[in-house]
Amino acid sequence: MSVQRNDWSLQRKGIIDQERHKERVKDAIRKNLGSIVSNEAIILSDGKRSVKVPIRSLDEYKFRFDHRKRKHVGQGDGKTRVGDVIAREQGQGQGQGTGSGPAGQDAGADYYEAEVNIEELAALIFEDLQLPFLEEKAKKAVPSKTTRFNEIRRTGVMANLDKRRLILENIKRNAREAKGAKFGNVKKEDLRFKSWEEDHRYESNAVVLALMDVSGSMGEFKKYIARSFFFWMVRFLRTKYDNVEIVFISHHTEAKEVTEEQFFTQGESGGTVVSSAYQLALEIIGARYNPRDWNVYPFHFSDGDNYYSDNEEAVRLADELIGTCNLFGYGEIGEEGTSGYRRSTGALLSIFKDRLHRKERFVGVRIDEREDVYPALKQFFGQRGLEA
Amino acid sequence: MVDDREITDLEKALEQIWEIAGKFGLDPFPTRFEIVPATVMYEVGSYALPGRYSHWTFGKAYHRMKTMYDFGLSKIYEVVINTNPSYGFLLETNSPIQNKLVMAHVLGHVDFFKNNAYFSKTNRRMVEAVSSHAGRMSEYEFKYGRKTVEEFLDAVLSIEEHIDPNFFIKQNRPPQTEAQQRAASRPKEGRYDDIWKIGEPKLAPSPSQPELPRGERLPEKDLLYYILRNSPALTDWQRDCMAMIHEEMEYFVPQMQTKTLNEGWASFWHSRIMRELELTDTESIEFAELHAGVVSPHKGQLNPYYLGYKILENIEKRWDNPTAEERERFGRVGGEGRKKIFEVRELDNDVSFLRNYLTEELCEELDLFVYELVEEEEWTVTEKRWERVRDQLVSNMTNFGFPYIVVADGDYNRNRELFLKHQYEGAELDPTYARKVLEYVHRLWGRPVHLETNTDGEPVVMHYDGEEHEED
Repeated sequence: MSVQRNDWSLQRKGIIDQERHKERVKDAIRKNLGSIVSNEAIILSDGKRSVKVPIRSLDEYKFRFDHRKRKHVGQGDGKTRVGDVIAREQGQGQGQGTGSGPAGQDAGADYYEAEVNIEELAALIFEDLQLPFLEEKAKKAVPSKTTRFNEIRRTGVMANLDKRRLILENIKRNAREAKGAKFGNVKKEDLRFKSWEEDHRYESNAVVLALMDVSGSMGEFKKYIARSFFFWMVRFLRTKYDNVEIVFISHHTEAKEVTEEQFFTQGESGGTVVSSAYQLALEIIGARYNPRDWNVYPFHFSDGDNYYSDNEEAVRLADELIGTCNLFGYGEIGEEGTSGYRRSTGALLSIFKDRLHRKERFVGVRIDEREDVYPALKQFFGQRGLEA
Repeated sequence: MVDDREITDLEKALEQIWEIAGKFGLDPFPTRFEIVPATVMYEVGSYALPGRYSHWTFGKAYHRMKTMYDFGLSKIYEVVINTNPSYGFLLETNSPIQNKLVMAHVLGHVDFFKNNAYFSKTNRRMVEAVSSHAGRMSEYEFKYGRKTVEEFLDAVLSIEEHIDPNFFIKQNRPPQTEAQQRAASRPKEGRYDDIWKIGEPKLAPSPSQPELPRGERLPEKDLLYYILRNSPALTDWQRDCMAMIHEEMEYFVPQMQTKTLNEGWASFWHSRIMRELELTDTESIEFAELHAGVVSPHKGQLNPYYLGYKILENIEKRWDNPTAEERERFGRVGGEGRKKIFEVRELDNDVSFLRNYLTEELCEELDLFVYELVEEEEWTVTEKRWERVRDQLVSNMTNFGFPYIVVADGDYNRNRELFLKHQYEGAELDPTYARKVLEYVHRLWGRPVHLETNTDGEPVVMHYDGEEHEED
């Protein structure tokens, strides 16, 4: 019998295995990117650094009873009678969170809620994404130059004198020479100068035009899809490329250039004239982003419901747009859950696929479900264009 | 933080507590208390034994416990290791009175571990065993890759509770027959020795078939053992891993079978011992608060500490002062309360404890009831009659709350497929989970697996062939 206290500071097994668990979570996230990418919690995260997302197959599976079909024994405060309702089942349909359900295990729910850091998630998603067909443009391929002060020298220009270091060196010398550690009697050998290195990075200029249909037929789901695509696109561009400019254009029967905030929040209504957006895009390219100097990438999301009379014009302008740009991406969003169903005529995607002249620089994608957003990102920004 | 003086104080208190416990008739193993920081407390708590093998599920438990602690949502009061000598862990931030309570509580557990019948075969040097397991597993990880081992363990852990708690792999080796012994003592055959036997008749198998050894008899409750012995898919290191996990579960299952009684017993004794200590007024109040916290009823759920504690108190009362009827019918003479509860601590597990000693009076006092989900949305109280409540409780605790599943056939379809059977007694399996576990079992068995169970009153057989799930 004894009471002891030992040094446990080397005991780290729990922490090591916690790392194993984290790895598992990461693996699972990688496998579930499709559903995570379009998860509301992230798109609506509003700058929060981490969010909780449900992830499949991280639970520890055992033979267990169906909690909801089983009788349980509970304890009350002395007045319980047959027929009393002690809790209500809630949150159904989401497949998670029994809320006040007594033991909180939902049969059939196959989720583990993981805390996900958005930065880490972005790194995973962007791992193999890139701007396709990126070319070095003749004129404005300006080397971006950055200056970094990262060295201290004994000689240099007075303007770069490091005063702090000077004082420190002076005090040290005084102390060495047994005059006491104080400042005074500055000599040339105390001087210290900051010195710098120049970083040259050559980058091609690129502009991405984000075009979104905000007409009346774009319902909640469709807007959500378009926004989550653009959400990740903007993040991806900003993470990987320093010099990419993004132009936001929203359109219904007419198109206008908007700010990023308006682009992601504004609701609109009315009919759809797609050519208006392409017209505006062409004008902007003509005025500000000469294709000789810029890599140009227009991405357009719509539900494909264009005014019939405008289709001819839309195709013509799309062709023209393709002529000026590296890649033209078009995403067509279907009604929620209608995967497999394809409108054969009338919708823009099939018209584009039939009639465009330069299809090699055109990528058309159909999105019917949330899970399709991630594959769409991969199609637009996947490895490609090495032959160009 | 605890300084040296406090340690001396605690040692003094421990001596006192030990002495009081002895006077009450408690008989624990020698016990060593360690004062540890919270991280170690949670580590031991999440692995249940220090030094076990590595697996992400432990990391997950550790992370959860630590987070709860960091947010102030929970606090483990006691962690105790059932070995000889036993170990109790004290949190370094505990107040002196908390530590005394934990020490008294732990001695109650250690007495229970030493004297309860279900622990009679427990390996009391389990810490050494698990640490050697951990060493072997990490060797396997080194040899075959961490991921390979980890994924294999995922599969094993999905059925780890499905062992027969009365079957100990190492202790219950089948006795060798004389012929086997003779065969073993004969010099080993060389590689080409069979050449000399050409033309000789093959030795006939012994005519009298002895009883089949464990793992060949069916049905078999010990899934882990049956699979490790008979699976066509496993390699040696995998069998070894399964045997190690079996051995660890042999150690843990008795604890799972006696949770309510064990916690009740420890709570009963910490309260009795603390009453004997000389406490100042403030200490008494602090103790009263702590004790109330441990044995408080949880609304809606059952607190095993509270339930066990109340039943033990009730038994003591009834055997101290039997009613006239009890005196007459059962010959109880009275004044035998203590003797009786010591008998219960020796002989019972949770199921027998509740079935034998949960009375009508107690069910009413504790306001116990049966509840279930009505029309998919309301958890409703459906039963208050005490016998029904008791029977439901006993049924829920049977097989320590896990579905009872046996191997019914290891050569199903004459194709070495594995046929499992859920002994359905009114509670259905969670089908999503069952399917996932079948996938794991398939990984262990390597051939199609089947599970017979019951859904909505109809027998169902679930199949998994490695690619697809089917049901009929």
